[in-house]
Amino acid sequence: MPFHLSNDGTTALLGYTIKRLLQMMLVLFAVSVIVFLMMSFTGDPVFMVIPIDSTTAEIEQARRLLGLDRSLLSQYWIFLTNLLQGDFGRSYVFRQPAMDLILERLPATIEMVLVAITLATVVAVPLGVFAGANPNRPVSRGIMAGSLLGISLPGFWVGMMLIFFFSVRYQFLPSSGRGETMEVMGLRLSVLTRDGWSHIILPAVTLALATLAIILRITRAGMMEVMRQDYIRFARAKGASRRHILFAHGLKNALIPVVTIFGLQLGDLIAFATITETIFAWPGTGKLLIDSIYRGDRPVIVVYLMLTAFIFVAINFIVDIVYTLIDPRITVK
Amino acid sequence: MSETLLDIRGLKTHFHTFGGLVKAVDGVSFQVDKGEVVGLVGESGGGKSVIGFSILRLIDPPGRIEAGEIIFDGEDLTKKSEEELRTVRGGEIAMVFQDPMTSLNPVYTIGRQMDEMLQLHTDLDASARRKRCIRMLEDVGISEAESRLDAYPHQFSGGMRQRVVIAIALLAGSRLIIADEPTTALDVTVQSQILKLMRRQIAERGAAMILVTHDLAIVSEMADRVVVLYCGKVVERGRTEDVISHPAHPYTRGLLDSIPRIADRQRRLQQIPGMVPDIRKLGEGCSFRDRCSRAQPLCAEKTPELLPVRHSLDAACHYPLNEAEA
Repeated sequence: MPFHLSNDGTTALLGYTIKRLLQMMLVLFAVSVIVFLMMSFTGDPVFMVIPIDSTTAEIEQARRLLGLDRSLLSQYWIFLTNLLQGDFGRSYVFRQPAMDLILERLPATIEMVLVAITLATVVAVPLGVFAGANPNRPVSRGIMAGSLLGISLPGFWVGMMLIFFFSVRYQFLPSSGRGETMEVMGLRLSVLTRDGWSHIILPAVTLALATLAIILRITRAGMMEVMRQDYIRFARAKGASRRHILFAHGLKNALIPVVTIFGLQLGDLIAFATITETIFAWPGTGKLLIDSIYRGDRPVIVVYLMLTAFIFVAINFIVDIVYTLIDPRITVK
Repeated sequence: MSETLLDIRGLKTHFHTFGGLVKAVDGVSFQVDKGEVVGLVGESGGGKSVIGFSILRLIDPPGRIEAGEIIFDGEDLTKKSEEELRTVRGGEIAMVFQDPMTSLNPVYTIGRQMDEMLQLHTDLDASARRKRCIRMLEDVGISEAESRLDAYPHQFSGGMRQRVVIAIALLAGSRLIIADEPTTALDVTVQSQILKLMRRQIAERGAAMILVTHDLAIVSEMADRVVVLYCGKVVERGRTEDVISHPAHPYTRGLLDSIPRIADRQRRLQQIPGMVPDIRKLGEGCSFRDRCSRAQPLCAEKTPELLPVRHSLDAACHYPLNEAEA
């Protein structure tokens, strides 16, 4: 039984899911209002779409076409009703549905983020376990000092340094773009080709560094707490191996905060990989966001931020379910 | 007569803390025969629990076993490697902890935590292990044992959890059980059940037990022999009847007098005056002298040695109580 949900587990889970879906609706509604309001303060987007020598009449016409001549409330109403019909608005710049623009680029971002977070987790968790279980060893102190560096160094600087060393000085890895991609089920992916891998590695490392440091520190803190517990001593008194004690008895009990941070970081990386994508010219959604902000492409920004909110809510939902898998004392209500 | 299973000789376990050197166990010697129950008694901070953990070599820094031998079945445990110790721990010597609320891992089922013990120390296959776990749960008085295997610790009461802990300790057929205050955290009504259960199960399996407790009443009921500890040293040891009825050390006398007796309501409850001294600041002389009504100048000058006082009774006191006084 994967879920520990009293007697009627599946019903409880279903009820919980419905409750969370309703919550998600509420969150998305709130986000749409906030984003819409904010957008109306950031200048008149009509000047972004018309030629520089347009006449007043042409400007007025463009305004009418984009619906910008109406009141804010009625603009929002149009946006909302369209939204509920699955129409997320069109980009002013590309004249394409804003959602399509984003979805087209999302695989690139998700691919990079997944590589980054996998890298971060695979390195951070064992190191965190070691440092937490042996807090007084010099190696552990070294790991902790390194993690502090990982948190403090800004991503843009790390990215540029990596480019400087690996792309410029030693010409070992490419500095921009996705490289060769392969299409699988309609998704273009870099991780399936050798060339793609060589392109993804630098941006992924840049992105992974801070997350690695945070997960490491959280894992260590949790392990230090857990290793003091009686059940760890009891496991030792049973004759269990060190490895088994650390990873089976220790880590599983220290995992709740790690999973929480993992979820938050995952959302954060997907939503705000902007800087890294800009440095490495990675054609993902972060770069699209920056470009759209420059161009005042309001529909794209709105949809992007709503998608971001959706991703955060969805990840949090999954994290809550994972809690119940880790700790039987936690149940969903 | 009977064979010696465990022979502790001059055990010293010290803790190097910031506040100074804590000699938690300072030259302790005693023996446990096969199938025998030995009670380790003393006030909190007397080093009782540390002895238990020292036997299994579960002392972590800043603690260290500084000296002494722990001969178990002819082999010195202090000389064994960590790898060799793993077969001793749980397999030869098992431990029951004080607080059943915290000694089971909250994220695994009871069945899995029991199974772990058998996986580590037996060659049984999965179904045989499962059968043995069910049998053992029934033995410790848990009904519907089979379905309880899939339950988690938080679904059990304290008493039930301690039964599970005891079941785990007995599971792999250990010859020595170290029980560290096994009933202190439990309700009084549950205490006696658990103690009876332990005594019966251990007797049935022919195992020996070291019962660590501060409660002389429990010891008098359970133990064949008693070792009384004070400030990391053995102050008295001997057969339970002798120690309980005619103690030679004033400290033991004091402990006995502080047990309330319902039959004797007129008598005011006695207590040992003063407090356990700061164990970091013990110098030469008897550590108990400041609380002792019989103390003489000699007690401050010379640390008393553990010497035979009467048949089968040793005490570390310059002026032991004679049989009539005790």
